[in-house]
Amino acid sequence: MKPPATTNATATAEAALQQGARILLYTLLVVVFTGPFWAFLMTALSGVTVASGRLLLWPEQPTLENFRYAWVEARAWRYLLNSAIVVVVGTLLQLAVSVLAAYALARKRFRGLALVSFLILCTMMLPEEVIAIPLFMVLGNLPLLNISLQNTHLGMILPVVGWAFSIFMLTEFMRAIPMELEEAARVDGAGDWQVFWLVILPLCKPALGTAAVFGFIMIWDQYLLPLLVTNRETLYTLPVALASVRADETMKPAVFIAISVIAMVPSIVVYLGLQRAFNRGLLAGAVKG
Amino acid sequence: MSPPTRLPPKGAQRPAQHEAGRASRTRSWRALASPWLFLAPALLVFVWFKFIPMLQGLKMSFYQVRFADADIWVGWDNFQRVFNDEALAAAAGRTLLYVVVTVILSALIAIVLAQALQGTARHVRIVRTAIFLPAVTSAAVVAEIWRILYAPTATGVVNTALGWVGIAPQGFFADPDQALAALMAMHVWKHVPYDTVIFIAGLAGVNRELYDAAAVDGANAWRRFVHVTLPGLAPAITVVIALGFIRGFRVFTEVYATTGGGPAGSTEVVMTQIYKQGFQDLDFGYAAAASSVLFLFTALTTAAFLAWRRKAAAR
Repeated sequence: MKPPATTNATATAEAALQQGARILLYTLLVVVFTGPFWAFLMTALSGVTVASGRLLLWPEQPTLENFRYAWVEARAWRYLLNSAIVVVVGTLLQLAVSVLAAYALARKRFRGLALVSFLILCTMMLPEEVIAIPLFMVLGNLPLLNISLQNTHLGMILPVVGWAFSIFMLTEFMRAIPMELEEAARVDGAGDWQVFWLVILPLCKPALGTAAVFGFIMIWDQYLLPLLVTNRETLYTLPVALASVRADETMKPAVFIAISVIAMVPSIVVYLGLQRAFNRGLLAGAVKG
Repeated sequence: MSPPTRLPPKGAQRPAQHEAGRASRTRSWRALASPWLFLAPALLVFVWFKFIPMLQGLKMSFYQVRFADADIWVGWDNFQRVFNDEALAAAAGRTLLYVVVTVILSALIAIVLAQALQGTARHVRIVRTAIFLPAVTSAAVVAEIWRILYAPTATGVVNTALGWVGIAPQGFFADPDQALAALMAMHVWKHVPYDTVIFIAGLAGVNRELYDAAAVDGANAWRRFVHVTLPGLAPAITVVIALGFIRGFRVFTEVYATTGGGPAGSTEVVMTQIYKQGFQDLDFGYAAAASSVLFLFTALTTAAFLAWRRKAAAR
């Protein structure tokens, strides 16, 4: 019975080799995709003077001084506060607007439904960047109201409140809720608003989580919009502030890296914390296109 | 609740309906208005911040926009300038190259990674989570990360890594011949994770039995990949390419926050060019016309591509 034994041995050797290759690949991937984040954090925590363009893999003379300086002297707190206002208010408004619209699109038959869906879909294909110039004009003098949203938080919030992706994801989800549940409530005399508030909304919680994570990350990523809305440094959000902080020659590289770390933490924390909700949305987007 | 119990007896229905004539009219008015009330907030923000800017952009394309005085109608002049603008044409060529290279490269890498990272084993899930960090990091931060990684000195991070394999220090963003390629690599780094996840989802939909059947027929791993995996991934590939188009043509932040279009204009793309024409030269009419062309181009390419894919899928 010798031959089977040798094939067995080669088989295990092959399996071990494959296993080794896999581990090597995984290590490589983790290093390439997360290494820079790690090195940024470690450099920001280091007390030694790092030359510009250098990163450390382990903190030398560990200290929080860079963060303190970034927070107080470089006023990172203010940029973070601006970002927080925009992203929190923006996500909440976006969620509210989307879920209301989704209810009408998913559960109602009415004249104009197809047109409204089509118009919203169009904005999905529309890169926000191409309306930057006219949006700048509109924000400077809002039609009908004739007020300017330049240099306000609201100017950075309102343009991102309407987001087709969020509406369509919630619409898809609501379509799947059985009609019987709604009808049962109607038999009990509930109107549209009560059906929405008491039946549909509670059932949508998982989808709302998903929409919130995506909204948060999308709004956190905004760059051109704050650039259009503000020319006041006190209103800068973190992503926009990075460039102006970098331009300050008196700032130590490690301090700038500390600010970058502050700018990357919130979206990463939200992603890691709400990962399940996030993945659900990714697949919804991927399958539906 | 079974259907029969929901239907009232035939005789009982008619008189009740007749009696409630007036009440039902107000109810039907309400039923008519209700969807629009739910849609109102969304319509408001869409009209104000998407559709009005869109229309205004279209209108501005035909004007010389002046800030103190009334705008001047210039007809197709702006568009004529757009199509005769050599700098813009060069930027468009660069953008096209950027889109094609990043979409293909990112999709190729992602297909390979998806093969290695599918499954529900714990360590695989951890690797998947880890490699997703670039995708959720804002583009401005990614730009700052790579500005530092690409430091053109011998001690720069990427240059150090290149040194290990015997390559001399490179200039990257500082070198006009390399800056665009360096940007592409950065873009791929940020977007590979997204594409990978989409492909992993696509792989889950590939019929397992086809693999077994192919294996029984003696197909090797490569042939199984070409004849089973790739066709099964076709819908996912369509999504990845369409998304890549849309986000590629509009690329702005990644360029603006790293090279700003330089050195020597070597990374100027359409959006940075338009931004400069608009906000540095204050030539809003021209910038609006160029934006309109960009939008039309993106919309038409994407629509044509999707239509072609749909046709191919139907066949």
